[in-house]
Amino acid sequence: MCDQTFMAATFGPCESCGKPSPLMNIYIKNEAINYCSFCVELMACQGLQSGESVASLKRECESLKKKLEEERGKLNDVELHQVADKIEVLGALAIKTRRVLKGHGNKVLCMDWCKDKRRLVSSSQDGKVIVWDGFTLSKENGISVPCTWVMACAYAPTGCAVACGGLDNKCSKAVAMHTNYVSGCTFTNSDNQILTSSGDGSCALWDVESGQLLQSFHGHTADVLSLDLAPSETGNTFVSGGCDKKANVWDMRSGQNIQSFESHVSDINCVKYYPSGDAFASASDDATCRFYDLRADREVAVYQKDSVIFGASTVDFSLSGRLLFAGYNDYTINVWDVLKGTRSSILFGHENRVSRVRVSPDGTALCSASWDHTLRIWA
Amino acid sequence: MCIKVILSHCLKFRKSVVLEMQDPKSGVKSQPQRLVITAIPHAVTGEDIVNWLSERLLVDTEEARSVGSMLAALGYIYPLQQHKRLVIRADASLYRFQTPYFWPTQQWPVEDTDYAIYLAKRNIRKKGILELHEQEQYNHLHKWMNHKWDFIVMQAKEQYRAAKERKKPDRVVFECQERAYWVVHRPPPGTVSAMDFGLERRADPNANQVQGEETGKLAHSSFLIPLSRNFSRCSLFSVVSLVKYSSTYQSHDPFLSRPLPSNPWHTDDATYWTLNSHNVETPTKQRVERWTFSFAELLSDPRGRDDFRLFLKKEFSGENLAFWESCEDLKWGTAATMKEKAEQIYKTFLARGAPRWINIDGKTMEITIKSLKHPHRYVLDAAQTHIYMLMKKDSYGRYLKSPVFKETQKKAIAPEEHNDSQLEQNARTRRPSLSPIVLRQLEAERRAKMAAAAPVDITQVMSKLSRKPQ
Repeated sequence: MCDQTFMAATFGPCESCGKPSPLMNIYIKNEAINYCSFCVELMACQGLQSGESVASLKRECESLKKKLEEERGKLNDVELHQVADKIEVLGALAIKTRRVLKGHGNKVLCMDWCKDKRRLVSSSQDGKVIVWDGFTLSKENGISVPCTWVMACAYAPTGCAVACGGLDNKCSKAVAMHTNYVSGCTFTNSDNQILTSSGDGSCALWDVESGQLLQSFHGHTADVLSLDLAPSETGNTFVSGGCDKKANVWDMRSGQNIQSFESHVSDINCVKYYPSGDAFASASDDATCRFYDLRADREVAVYQKDSVIFGASTVDFSLSGRLLFAGYNDYTINVWDVLKGTRSSILFGHENRVSRVRVSPDGTALCSASWDHTLRIWA
Repeated sequence: MCIKVILSHCLKFRKSVVLEMQDPKSGVKSQPQRLVITAIPHAVTGEDIVNWLSERLLVDTEEARSVGSMLAALGYIYPLQQHKRLVIRADASLYRFQTPYFWPTQQWPVEDTDYAIYLAKRNIRKKGILELHEQEQYNHLHKWMNHKWDFIVMQAKEQYRAAKERKKPDRVVFECQERAYWVVHRPPPGTVSAMDFGLERRADPNANQVQGEETGKLAHSSFLIPLSRNFSRCSLFSVVSLVKYSSTYQSHDPFLSRPLPSNPWHTDDATYWTLNSHNVETPTKQRVERWTFSFAELLSDPRGRDDFRLFLKKEFSGENLAFWESCEDLKWGTAATMKEKAEQIYKTFLARGAPRWINIDGKTMEITIKSLKHPHRYVLDAAQTHIYMLMKKDSYGRYLKSPVFKETQKKAIAPEEHNDSQLEQNARTRRPSLSPIVLRQLEAERRAKMAAAAPVDITQVMSKLSRKPQ
């Protein structure tokens, strides 16, 4: 793990409102200012100042963007597959369906594993959330949520609670309230906090017990469709991807957008961290999956093939990070060799779109949820 | 995924593939279809389609068939026999390419009115013989579009009359095409429709971004932030480390190398999970190996953390780990208990003369104490980071060379691989595991018991004894 993950956030009185809180460091016209996240938003939403106009802002945006690309281009341009040339090619993978979980009456939209490696929770379009023991195929619990399109569900780290959210704009009994649908939710390192992403373009961190909003993250200019928490022990960051084709990395403490990547040409449906926490992958409607290195600050691999012509809706890494499982809208799951950039294998079996794939916590199995009302466990 | 999205990206590629397929020279071989006495040209067999796709896209037959079926499901190709099942079968069954007029790329909204006209026309032609689901749809539309019904019937009659004036082969082809179009857009019950798009997304990524003031300023500020950071010019280094990580963990990845004794999902035997459970007495060799990969790996495994704690106790530096754990508890705890916890930690670890005083440098201590005046979730971040780095750079290295670790390594078990003979029996004896809720309860009870049976404080006993009357 790189020492760069340990940036101490500065705390102190905000330079504009005076309240003590975690601060964001921003540069305006080469001057450094330290504002708290609320003041940054206020500033961003203020009306145009004299001398500015939408067109001039746009021009400045473009020039900044070009400058950023230039800076990035100066860095050593090494592609991942070049470095991975010397590594052995993977043998043929023999992955088969081991379990088929039937019981949902409608499209299964989301699923999550429990830390005990065999239980999982799944949610579907008809408002049902079911907790299964994947190993024995038994349904342990069923909850009816009074809304359709339950797009997000998550298992708590202790395994004693489940959160879900969707078209009702809420997550789990009004812990989290958004102004548009909830597209993704995950627990942080404990049962007490939930991180959510929403169609209203923002992500937010909530305290479960009190329902209090602890931190909000603004920066996406369109629906945020997915988020993932960094797997490091001192996990303070998360990545989110949205309909504005951008994947943003955020600092949970200050609400600051640390890094941003825009190389997809269409909506990003899913983002997932590499197991070491130094990189992440994204799946998009443009039928490609891309791999971004956080320290190099750029995209290092693109996973695409002529025969893959449908959007990818979900991705997950295997335990070592060598395999990337991606579920597509053409009912298949493609298994990519992350390092070499080639397609290792393709899994057939679902009869409708694959909405979610997740590798189990100890890496022994892959579960896929699909619009064909079933979940499949592959190993 | 909204219709506008699906129609912009993969679309261009699909369109080009379909056009290539129809190329008279390099496309799929076509042959005339015999229908009683007329011959209708440009029919292709499923087998030819699959082979062509297989060659062009460099994939195997199963995948080529899957791609072909998706093209059929979207309406680019339609079957001539069994017109309701939009899949490609790799045999001699015949298919035809749909006319571009009916391609989904045209982005026409599929109106109920058109459907009603189509059904009415079929009604006239076949004199009332519609499929069951079509009949139901027809009645439904008749009820809801009653006000337009005269218009609809008139249109239907016109189209029927116009069709009669065409030559027979053209007429048959057009009827097939139209029927195929409606199978795609009004699928029979019980079939999966590729036109099912799910929830409409709020923002349309293809609309020309009319940047309002707000979004403009927000986007502007979002570019300022990355430019003000100094990214280390270590592109090669970070890419190499990614490769290294994968290589290191490859032997531990159940998809790439067989876990011992066996993958529970393969053999239906949960021994692998029991051997690797949280509080097992002797860990497996593989698990112990993982602890040597990084400090974070050691801490994240509860058994590893326990071992490390034992080691630190022997070195009399157990307070470091205890402090780190309390900080984590503070960070991830409920908001209500925040202030209390922060104070508790201060009293136990940071104050002068505290029972478990931790050794951090003066500057960090100063910052921490100052911020404790306004306690919030991340108030102890600096101190926690310091202690974490201390443990990582110092204690961790010593732990790996210590007798505690070497003992654990020696005792670690290497389970034998299961053979596959027991498979069927295992499948019958799959047992459910304890629910996490039950496990948590048991854990809490165990801790309570341990606290109650804590060793008695000898000084208190002595003072009590001395006070007893002789």
